[in-house]
Amino acid sequence: MLGEKVTVADKTAAPAPFEPKIVAFCCNWCSYAGADGAGTARKQYPANVKIIRVPCSCRVNPLFILRAFQRGADGVILCGCHPGDCHYMTGNYYTRRRLTLLMSMLNFMGVATERLRVEWVSASEGARFAEIMTSFVEQITALGANVKLRDLRCKK
Amino acid sequence: MQKIAALMRQKAQELLSSGQVQQVAAWRKGQLAYDNAPAVFTSPEACADLVYDEFCPANLSKYLLAATKKKLKTAVFLKPCDTYGVNQLLKDNRVQREYVYAIGTPCQGMLDIKKIRAHGLKGITRITVSEGVVQVETVYGTQNLPQRDVLLDKCLQCKGNAYMIADTEIGEKLATPEPRGDAFAAVKRIEALPPEERFKFWQQELSKCIRCNACRDICPACSCEQCIFDNPAAPVAGKAFADPVEENMFHLIRAYHVAGRCVGCGECARVCPQGVKLGLLNLKFMKDINTFYGPYQAGSDATTPAPQVTFTQGDVEPSAAGQKGRS
Repeated sequence: MLGEKVTVADKTAAPAPFEPKIVAFCCNWCSYAGADGAGTARKQYPANVKIIRVPCSCRVNPLFILRAFQRGADGVILCGCHPGDCHYMTGNYYTRRRLTLLMSMLNFMGVATERLRVEWVSASEGARFAEIMTSFVEQITALGANVKLRDLRCKK
Repeated sequence: MQKIAALMRQKAQELLSSGQVQQVAAWRKGQLAYDNAPAVFTSPEACADLVYDEFCPANLSKYLLAATKKKLKTAVFLKPCDTYGVNQLLKDNRVQREYVYAIGTPCQGMLDIKKIRAHGLKGITRITVSEGVVQVETVYGTQNLPQRDVLLDKCLQCKGNAYMIADTEIGEKLATPEPRGDAFAAVKRIEALPPEERFKFWQQELSKCIRCNACRDICPACSCEQCIFDNPAAPVAGKAFADPVEENMFHLIRAYHVAGRCVGCGECARVCPQGVKLGLLNLKFMKDINTFYGPYQAGSDATTPAPQVTFTQGDVEPSAAGQKGRS
């Protein structure tokens, strides 16, 4: 406020609660529209979710996911059309195989696979989109910050 | 083995002098008794240097990439396990069949010089194998070792003596080493550990990596013209930039790129100068593919689509992978 004395942050005060960073890869044809739907229906979901629009869920190279984790994401969620509903007919079937193998490998390497989620969300499921994002943010908040997959040099 | 080598020399000279092929990929004698190196021969006279014994583990199938690029018809000597690599390169459209003259070459298992040296042997001058006994001649005398004790690790997972592709065969097939029990035993042992232990294991294992890229260069499935790991702008390109995450990332991505195309030749682990257990990552993918999508052996033919480029409508969901992959 104007005229109020600005106080230096008190170091003894409790640290700010953990706010996870979530990257959501959303297919242009379904979940991205689903996110729009959530907006127009005024469904709230946490602002921790940063959406990256992709033309199809199978555009997502597993390296994108690892890179997101490396650069500081605490959770990554990949949303695509329900199997059988792909705009390009078969894209999400390939996604399903790729991500299944990636999940299994991350698990094998001892990395918590709860930080990565794959969901099928259609364009009409705005409410479901908001629910999924809310529950995922809750889950990641409970897990805490991602250390294992993060490049710690990025952390100042 | 000497008889086979003589037949190979003869065959190579025949093919080159008749003009049937323009070059021959085989092995050349090294300076020591156990360091034969892959070599390309272009004239019948040069073939005098061609050798074959228990120290020719290198899979020559990747030499066909350059042959296809230069449009040179190439004869290549292939041990049974190497034939899988050629099929995989054909399937990936990286090698054209018209430039390949595949010669099936018998093998009775290749030896690991490190394992021989581990028996305290020095000054080795000659090594011969007969009927399961390895005779090592050194300047200090001769010693016999059981063959099974000094086989390369990859030969303990031998896939048998059948050629998956061969235009002709040299001599009679030899008996290959009996494969050692369950190929996935090592993978299952790690899967059984708690997650923290698994993480620690891989952290330790992968931090040995010096990013020499030998595993990539030898792999018959790693055949991209432009490799992501050659991009100097990408932090994954060099060890100097690497932190533990980068190491994980390099190995994860390397193994992922060949998932479903890895023929299980075990060359990556053999050439690793640091002894990183690279094969485990590939085996894990193979095991997962077998579990999730049915048994599949890459390279057993040149036509069946790889599991990563096909699908069924009832495929398992990624969320189930965490649990199912462990069974």
